[in-house]
Amino acid sequence: MRARPVLALLAGLLLSGTAYGQTTLRIGLNEDPDVLDPHRARTFVGRIVFASLCDKLLDIDEKLAFVPKLATSWAWSDDNLTLTFKLRDGITFQDGDPIDAAAVKVNLDRARTLPDSLRKSELASVAEVVVVDPKTVALKLSKPDATLLAQLSDRAGMMLSPKAFAAGDFGQKPVCSGPYSFVERVQNDRIVLQKYPGYWDAAAYKIDRVVFQPIPDTTVRLANLRAGDLDMLERLAPSDVPSVKDDPNLVFAPVTGIGYQGITINTGNGDRAKGPLGQDKRVRQALELAVDREVINQVAGAGIYPPAQQPFPKASPYYSDKFPVRARDVEKAKQLLKEAGQEHPSFELVYGTGTLAQQIAELTQAMAAEAGFDIKLRATEFAAMQKEAQQGNFDAMQIGWSGRVDPDGNIHAFVTCKGNLNDGKYCNPKVDELLNAARRTTDQAKRKDLYDQAQAILEDELPIIYTYYQPWPFVLSKKVKGFTAYPDGMIRLKGMSIEG
Amino acid sequence: MTRIILRRLLVAVPTLILVSMLVFTLQKLLPGDPVLTMAGEERDPAVLEYLREKYRLNDPVPMQYLAWMGQVVQGDFGVSLRTDAPVTELIAQKLPVTIQLAAMAMVFALLIGIPAGIIAAVRKGTAVDYGANILALSGLSIPNFWLGIMLILLVSVEWRLLPASGYVPPSQDLWLSLKTMLMPAFVLGNALAATLMRHTRSAMLGVLRSDYIRTARAKGLLGPAVVLKHAFRNALVPIVTLVTLLFGELLAGAVLTEQVFTIPGFGKLIVDAVFNRDYAVVQGVVLCTAIGFIAMNLLADTLYILINPRLRHPS
Repeated sequence: MRARPVLALLAGLLLSGTAYGQTTLRIGLNEDPDVLDPHRARTFVGRIVFASLCDKLLDIDEKLAFVPKLATSWAWSDDNLTLTFKLRDGITFQDGDPIDAAAVKVNLDRARTLPDSLRKSELASVAEVVVVDPKTVALKLSKPDATLLAQLSDRAGMMLSPKAFAAGDFGQKPVCSGPYSFVERVQNDRIVLQKYPGYWDAAAYKIDRVVFQPIPDTTVRLANLRAGDLDMLERLAPSDVPSVKDDPNLVFAPVTGIGYQGITINTGNGDRAKGPLGQDKRVRQALELAVDREVINQVAGAGIYPPAQQPFPKASPYYSDKFPVRARDVEKAKQLLKEAGQEHPSFELVYGTGTLAQQIAELTQAMAAEAGFDIKLRATEFAAMQKEAQQGNFDAMQIGWSGRVDPDGNIHAFVTCKGNLNDGKYCNPKVDELLNAARRTTDQAKRKDLYDQAQAILEDELPIIYTYYQPWPFVLSKKVKGFTAYPDGMIRLKGMSIEG
Repeated sequence: MTRIILRRLLVAVPTLILVSMLVFTLQKLLPGDPVLTMAGEERDPAVLEYLREKYRLNDPVPMQYLAWMGQVVQGDFGVSLRTDAPVTELIAQKLPVTIQLAAMAMVFALLIGIPAGIIAAVRKGTAVDYGANILALSGLSIPNFWLGIMLILLVSVEWRLLPASGYVPPSQDLWLSLKTMLMPAFVLGNALAATLMRHTRSAMLGVLRSDYIRTARAKGLLGPAVVLKHAFRNALVPIVTLVTLLFGELLAGAVLTEQVFTIPGFGKLIVDAVFNRDYAVVQGVVLCTAIGFIAMNLLADTLYILINPRLRHPS
């Protein structure tokens, strides 16, 4: 009996870690982010952390339209060669220094010139950054670049404290401009951020502390949420969707992303492009007609993997009604194969290891078999697959793209003759011409027309067969309020709170 | 005895050099390109080239090895290609985690395995012996990750008794740290206990059959005294070898257990490093593990001598 008060005291001590008026949001991530330096970072998961840590010049809304962030307004010159930003009043870095035009210039110059900057190609069109006055900064371009605003709404437009990156260990101790500042990181375990009281919009952020916990196993990540050790998680496995929907304590918040998954076909990269699949577009058209994307969505994707015919998602203004998803037509596929003189074409489909990728590859194999295809499957670990893709050691490869806000980011590098990501080495000068022209104009209607023309060619020649749009399935504890899922898969903490 | 230990230490040096060479060259044989992985989705060719230069990946492998060894002997293992963190710092961060998990798992293994082994040996051929054998066999054959996930679902999600996964340093909150580590330690210790039980049983059976035990019983000593004081002490030698070697293995990181329970130890570190082709981390961790293993071997040799006085004076 006498032990009771002591036990109560102990229990109180144990609970006190989470209480004391501080609200902490614990987010389960699918993997551990890489280096926390927006100019050198490369992973999708790292961008989720940056969304709270580092502000950018502008942001996007749920419909992928640009909205003000650190800049309140921006304007293009008539020749589309100058982009001018007006900065917000009273904005500071997390070390208290003001964010003025000079600081923006230093940041953009670092992103453009740092030898291992991964933002260089994103800012390639910027020739010079000019400080007009303390609140105005102008970007002088060497050629018109319609993709620039989208780049600046992501890592290339993030503002880092110049003092902190001059110190040299920014990746270890990032000091940025976002609503939450860096506290600590234990690799593979946690990244902790704390609300920055000097943030210009601090009143809109109700959560005091954010803990990002990488938990790669999807079952364990969900178990943590169910056990109350997490408040939300990203990237739920499709196999867990039904049980989450049935759980009254959880809220399921999926959104269709801006990325896609598809089959890249080797049409010109070395000897393996020489088979019927790589050489004859009719064989590729037959393959597309043999596969039912809706079956993949329902069987492997729990109904949240919407079929894709084009690289632009429905949320994008560049999505075209001219290219609806082609329905499965086995007879027509057989007919095309007959015309091509290849009634039983055989090829190897490479895919990255993982349950979902394997299921999709197997479904593709089975459906294509009905049209006469003989597909051999080969699972490859991801890092090895990247290398094989570059070397052209594949007939067809099941691979995706996390997606970019500007349409250029979802198409240009993949299908232009010299594109960095054109692993199949597809090359059609007409497509290059159209896609390059779409970079030079900022007029949305004109760009859309150019993309439509390029797509008409690509949908016929099929260097890439798009399968589905990448969804971002979030799950939250029902205590978490105010969350909106954005198509870019980021977690924006503005307006979010935890009740109870 | 000091001479024996010194001799062992000297032998360890070429072993370590050999290990470092093997690690360095074998991982170069892995398919994939660390720079491609590092350069991210965009793969800017200029950045690819810069990174190759920076990390000396264009140099011949022997040159790369010598450059790396030159740094290692000065205590510098380089930085992680993925996160910029110094490898020494990562090792310092993960080693205590792995040691705590290994130690707690070993406690479970010893507490279960040794008594079960002794009892099974003493009661050979009875229901107790068969029962212990069946338990040991199931302990060995149940996969760690399955048991782990089942325990998480039952203990954490259903009963809400223990944290589902993660790690809390003991310096921050000792009680919570022990609570968090309890399930993974049990899962890991469970399989070890099975191995230990089998070995203890066979070692004990061998000793119990020997003449001096019969003599001890004949002169009227009680059962427990014979078993624990006379038989067990002699049966200890193979068990000590096994325990120290198992512990050395645990230091290499319990990959599956750490993965399931999201424990940021060596196992998780090295798996992530291999998948990301983070060469510097793989090399540093493997070398460190090799040192740990050699140290455990040395400890086993020293313990033999302590247990068995006959080894103290090699003739």
